[in-house]
Amino acid sequence: MTREEIIAEINSELAEEFEIDEAAITPDAPIYQTLELDSLSLVDLIGIVQTKYGVLISKAELPNIKTFAQLYDYIEQHQK
Amino acid sequence: MGIWSCIGTTLDEVRDALYQGKSGIIFSQERKDAGFRSALVGNVPKVDLKPYVPRNLRNFMPEEAQYGYIATKQALEHAGLDEDYLNTHEVGIIYGNDSVAEATMQSLDKFRQANSTVACGSGAIFQSMNSNITMNLACLFKLRGINLTASAACASGSQSIGLAALLISQGLQDCVVCGGAEENNMYGIASFDGIQAFSIREDEPTKASRPFDASRDGLVPSGGGATVVLESYEHAVKRGANIIAEIVSWGFSGNGDHISTPNVEGPARSLELCLRNGGVDPKQIGYINAHATSTVIGDRREAQAIAQLFGERTVPVTSTKSQTGHEMWMAGASEIIYSTLMMKNGFIAGNINFEKPDEETACINVLPETKETHFDMFLSNSFGFGGTNSTLIVKNV
Repeated sequence: MTREEIIAEINSELAEEFEIDEAAITPDAPIYQTLELDSLSLVDLIGIVQTKYGVLISKAELPNIKTFAQLYDYIEQHQK
Repeated sequence: MGIWSCIGTTLDEVRDALYQGKSGIIFSQERKDAGFRSALVGNVPKVDLKPYVPRNLRNFMPEEAQYGYIATKQALEHAGLDEDYLNTHEVGIIYGNDSVAEATMQSLDKFRQANSTVACGSGAIFQSMNSNITMNLACLFKLRGINLTASAACASGSQSIGLAALLISQGLQDCVVCGGAEENNMYGIASFDGIQAFSIREDEPTKASRPFDASRDGLVPSGGGATVVLESYEHAVKRGANIIAEIVSWGFSGNGDHISTPNVEGPARSLELCLRNGGVDPKQIGYINAHATSTVIGDRREAQAIAQLFGERTVPVTSTKSQTGHEMWMAGASEIIYSTLMMKNGFIAGNINFEKPDEETACINVLPETKETHFDMFLSNSFGFGGTNSTLIVKNV
């Protein structure tokens, strides 16, 4: 998938799953605050990325993904 | 009291439906297409909790917890227990539930499909535990007293009320939220359909549930949620509560016999214990809300147990399951609400579809049509698989 395709798909998926306005998802927006993630619902983000792209975000790498742009980068680099 | 059922989602709607003899049973094409022998079911509206519970908390709530939430929200409002009160007083919860089928199935399907446990989702562990209703409601409503799920098959709702009344009578709790809820999706009862316990009168859905009637051919599954708030008399008076009714006594027993076929002796002991615990003479009971689910054997055995304690064809008996179908884990609580609504509004809802008894159900006085009458005390039976029996006596205030 191209980066543009990934962005369109993941944004739509996340907006639906976390019940937020898709317009709030911008490349520089903070993921945790925007999706209102806590230690449990974070698992749902990881699950979506794994199910959609076969990419398992490791615990060690999680702290490095703070914005949506960083999430797109991670998926793009690791997708199978 | 709060209720979410196939005959109404407010106390007023339910009162009117009971009086009018309305049936909540429909035919489900979805179930037929899926392979059900009997596609009859209670038509329980889905709950939209979006206006009340944020996504991250709703994510922990399977269908039965959603029904439990909406019934409890109503009940707390009805009881005048607001957020401030719950934040500053110790209120407990004992709630009946005995299945988590759909939530468990969905999360394990995702796990097997993805070969990954993460795919189950963050809510799955909470949704797939039998105590999901009490764990969710205690957190959402800030309940800080007893926190316990009663799992006693189709007596779960009744046992929850009995246990709460016992804790209160012992001075261990002042106020307990109790009730029962039942998931109403097809996965929860597919295996129940498989043992051919359901009515197959699919051409006449509203006539399918006919407890005590000679032509009954099985039960109709239903679900929803029912909540009652119990508190000590002193607690109720102190906070200026509108007292609706009094739990006089609880009786219970086990059959210690067959897993699905009830006997007469076990239920009779539950009735007897309840009468004895309350010091109640059978003549004081103005109405019996029977457990009777519309199965051939179960209705017979209950009729005989009632006749054994009350004499033949004496006290009026009906089963509200003729209108609602069998609400299972919820039934023991919802039927306390149905009966209380009747008591407070001066009528007994007729046992719809009752045309004539068979030889063994003829020993009790089944009212086929709604009767306007005054009564001040009723008895409600709930019996479940494994021979678990629970009986409650409730008095007007």
